[in-house]
Amino acid sequence: MAIVGEQRITYDARGLAEPQAEAPRTAKIEDGKATFDAHDLSTRQINLELRRLLYEEGIMDVTVQNPGAKHSLGVGILTRCKITFDGSLGYFGCGLIDGPEVQINGRVGWSACENMMSGVVVVEGNAGSLTGAALRGGDLVVKGQVGARTGIDQKGGTIVVMGDAGSMTGFMMQRGRQILCGDVGPGLGDSMYDGTIYVAGKVKSLGIDCVPGEWTDADTELVNRKFEIYGLGSPPEFQKFVCGKVLYNYDNLEPSERKLVL
Amino acid sequence: MCGIAGIIYRNGTHEIGRDMTRMLQSMKHRGPDSTGYALYGPHQHHQIVMRYTLADSTTPRDFDFDERLARNQQRVVQRMKAAGAEILEHEQETEYAHRLNLRYEGDLKDLTDRIEDIRDAEVLSLGHSLEIVKDLGDADSVAAQYDLNGFAGTHAIGHVRMATESDVDISGAHPYWAYPFNDVAVVHNGQLTNYFQWKRRLERNGHRFQSECDSEIIAVYLAEKMHEGASLSDAMHDSLEELDGVFTYIAVTDDALGVAKDEMAAKPLVLYESDDVVALASEEIAIRAVLDREIDTHDPYEGEVMVWQR
Repeated sequence: MAIVGEQRITYDARGLAEPQAEAPRTAKIEDGKATFDAHDLSTRQINLELRRLLYEEGIMDVTVQNPGAKHSLGVGILTRCKITFDGSLGYFGCGLIDGPEVQINGRVGWSACENMMSGVVVVEGNAGSLTGAALRGGDLVVKGQVGARTGIDQKGGTIVVMGDAGSMTGFMMQRGRQILCGDVGPGLGDSMYDGTIYVAGKVKSLGIDCVPGEWTDADTELVNRKFEIYGLGSPPEFQKFVCGKVLYNYDNLEPSERKLVL
Repeated sequence: MCGIAGIIYRNGTHEIGRDMTRMLQSMKHRGPDSTGYALYGPHQHHQIVMRYTLADSTTPRDFDFDERLARNQQRVVQRMKAAGAEILEHEQETEYAHRLNLRYEGDLKDLTDRIEDIRDAEVLSLGHSLEIVKDLGDADSVAAQYDLNGFAGTHAIGHVRMATESDVDISGAHPYWAYPFNDVAVVHNGQLTNYFQWKRRLERNGHRFQSECDSEIIAVYLAEKMHEGASLSDAMHDSLEELDGVFTYIAVTDDALGVAKDEMAAKPLVLYESDDVVALASEEIAIRAVLDREIDTHDPYEGEVMVWQR
């Protein structure tokens, strides 16, 4: 049985989970590669073991078996390495990472790869909502479908989705690119500041200030390159969407400010 | 935040009480205030199961408390007899929670009203197979208190609550029974913003509400629609237009389980579907607590309504 609920988890006075937890040291290391089974470990034990292998043992290739859809796995890893999750992750999987190349042979829950700085995450299954929230760099590839608000507040990097995407995709996006191969829900690119969204399927409706953009050779090059890197076959035909910039009011002063200036 | 879960088997009876406890306990972090179950046991054509409480957690524990509980229980029995209901079985689960097995052919609303007229008494559920159990604490403690892990049936829903709209007490806990319609229950994650409009509208139609919680109107809203002839699916589709706010809710009847998600897809839901079982929950970890293997799941999109028959 997986760890059900919080029966085995203790908290300190500040609410920090498992303050006494230590890395379980159960990984098998062979030829510079490590593997461990996460089935009976808690979230914190899994992350501690991962950190021990990457930072203390200096291993560059770690496989985590049976992650069991637990939350917050593989977060805050700040080194170049290869991590494979043989199974699904829960919420906040691989958030705040900088450098790793992550392969997830399963599904991810909400807010996967939020605030990722650099690296690559490939998800073989579906993803929940808020995938790649506030993404700042790196590539996030989801081979299944994604939920709502993909790349909300995205500030860089590239999100590739092979399946459909939900409502408000690219909401308040500020920079970066999204390549969406399936259909997209209502409110695409709502209130986006900048960045580019490519959509191959049908768009249910565009959000406020999201407009079709002009296709250039640079767009073709980018899409082809990403498809080639991740072995996604030949790319379908995309439409391009960008910010209409009618909501830009950066040069206009507030009435009180105008008085000051005058 | 709140967490909701549902499971429906398509191949007969299973230990749904134990399943639901595992699902809810794994989502304890979403709502530690109270836990509730709506369980569907075998359908009993000529019998009715009634679950009720004679005090809430906020009821003052004064000197007369025990005496009052005993007196009110006597009143329940008297009023049952007066209404023409034959009590076949009586179980007392906790000091204030009771379960009755009845033979009764009359009007359910009348029976419920007679019981609820007793001070502090509240009918949690009434039906041929529905049993609602809810109390403060996590799933493990509620299941142990009410001995739910041996409960067998075809489908169940459950809820862990983080109170945002109303008090932490039993009447504020989900699931909600759709008074006075038998065998309909709802769990809800979210907030409804046109709650008072709907409450007044439904009250004008003669319905009463046992709590101050916004989620309760969903149950009564759906049941009223179904009473007028709509299917569960149609009623749920209407709710997407007519209920305002953010919600993912699961509604159950004695033979079906349905889920609806609002137009913003603001509240989570993960869905697993196979030929034998459909399991859904706010987090995949809850589904994995029952199906401990790699499974293929997805998040339904905004404005989706799905209904499964047992």
